[in-house]
Amino acid sequence: MVKCIDLHKSYGQTIALQGVSFEVNAGEIFGIIGPDGAGKTTLFRILTTLILANQGSATVNGFDVVKEYREIRKCVGYMPGRFSLYQDLTVEENLEFFATVFNTTVEENYELIKDIYQQIEPFKKRRAGKLSGGMKQKLALSCALIHKPTVLFLDEPTTGVDPVSRKEFWGMLKKLKAQGITILVSTPYMDEASLCDRIALIQKGKFLSIDTPQNIVNQYKNQLWAVRSMNMSKLLNDLRSNKSFENCFAFGDSHHVSIENKKLEIKTLEEYLLKCGHTDIEITEIQPTIEDCFMEISKDTTL
Amino acid sequence: MENVITATNLTKQFGHFTAVDQISFEVERGEIFGFLGANGAGKTTAMRMLCGLSKPTSGIGTVAGFDIHTQTEKVKKNIGYMSQKFSLYDDLKVWENIELFGGIYGMNDQDIKIKTDKLMYELNFEKERNMLVASLPLGFKQKLAFSVAIFHQPQVVFLDEPTGGVDPVTRRMFWEMIYKAAENGITVFVTTHYMDEAEYCNRVSIMVDGRIEALDSPKNLKANYSAKNMDEVFQKLARKSQRIE
Repeated sequence: MVKCIDLHKSYGQTIALQGVSFEVNAGEIFGIIGPDGAGKTTLFRILTTLILANQGSATVNGFDVVKEYREIRKCVGYMPGRFSLYQDLTVEENLEFFATVFNTTVEENYELIKDIYQQIEPFKKRRAGKLSGGMKQKLALSCALIHKPTVLFLDEPTTGVDPVSRKEFWGMLKKLKAQGITILVSTPYMDEASLCDRIALIQKGKFLSIDTPQNIVNQYKNQLWAVRSMNMSKLLNDLRSNKSFENCFAFGDSHHVSIENKKLEIKTLEEYLLKCGHTDIEITEIQPTIEDCFMEISKDTTL
Repeated sequence: MENVITATNLTKQFGHFTAVDQISFEVERGEIFGFLGANGAGKTTAMRMLCGLSKPTSGIGTVAGFDIHTQTEKVKKNIGYMSQKFSLYDDLKVWENIELFGGIYGMNDQDIKIKTDKLMYELNFEKERNMLVASLPLGFKQKLAFSVAIFHQPQVVFLDEPTGGVDPVTRRMFWEMIYKAAENGITVFVTTHYMDEAEYCNRVSIMVDGRIEALDSPKNLKANYSAKNMDEVFQKLARKSQRIE
């Protein structure tokens, strides 16, 4: 449904994309996961035909992003990272406007947006600029869907959104997928990766890895231990100051220690921590999260 | 322990809408206090009152020993503030930003100069000193923004979603800076949407529809709500919301 070959893009001295190639299958939720400035927005803008790549080629729904940009614009939905609806039009007016631009009516495709739009319908006479963050997001998604696109591009739809609303939003995406829409979604939240069919980890304009979330986790090559003690702050310092355990980061209520040497045993760490004066030590071997994988892979890559 | 922030029945109404509804809590000196809640729960309004930017409709509050009704200018002088949305001027150089904020908070030129040198050394920023903030990578900007927010040694620093969008390693390094500031006696009042970060706080409050629905250490909250992590605690509480946006 989407195919990119060796995309490059620079803005003056700043390199935004340095050779990105990937394919997205029809009906898939494909996540592009990485921090701000990694090149996510640039990639989306190239694919939605808003800017031109310096090098490389891409097709969306079989159409070339340069030669057949008009066709692409008809069949994709795009929700930019920044709210870009008309603030001084009402909810209803915005939706009608976008339907008209795409030569259709709200009624014709109402089925597709019904679930989402109903939640904001009580406020349809309110100006878009006066909506709360969560409602703006729902309106933007409705407007991006009103012409029944085959591919939907969502640029960081959940950034700055609280955990409850984020969960709801991903629920909506699942329903859209069930209706056959291909979805490309970018996010800086690593915990959302597991909700995608496949993901690409992106940093500094390069894809570090493209696979299913499970396969990325399976490819993690180190041992990973979750470590706890009474004094978490001292624990971090003590772990860092030992060569064997220095690859260590805080992960919520425990510290994750990545161990390259497979022969090292938990007992060794326990003895070391006891010697440092720690009490209530808990060490367990755990499965990595996508965030652990991202940190490991981005460390390996000389960028 | 000495309280640096106190709020008693603090309330803010906009017309008929009660954005913040009688919240009461204290924050101790050197504590890292997580202030959580869904979008629209009233966090920003509460924070604006504590920063002396918005007058409470009723209730009392003190920050750094000053009354948030009558001594707002003194409150402002004794706090630091940083948000992801705005912190530094992009079109000023690194040292110019520091000088500007130091000056605004009433530091003298000599102090600013000495402390700037020290800070540049600590952050390993000597090369970036003369660069425009716009040209710094996001992670650098964030470290600098935090350092500038505590440059005048405020008693409290308010951090409004400080870590949005940065990579996982930078996000963690940022929290290590927060720990260090707290160890140096600066009280940290922080909002975040990353629930793993809630675990790094000494205590956490969760706002629902303008009220503080829960306030305790992450450990106790998890035990009380039989949740395996803070995300579950948050989901359980925030779903109670009745507020129609």
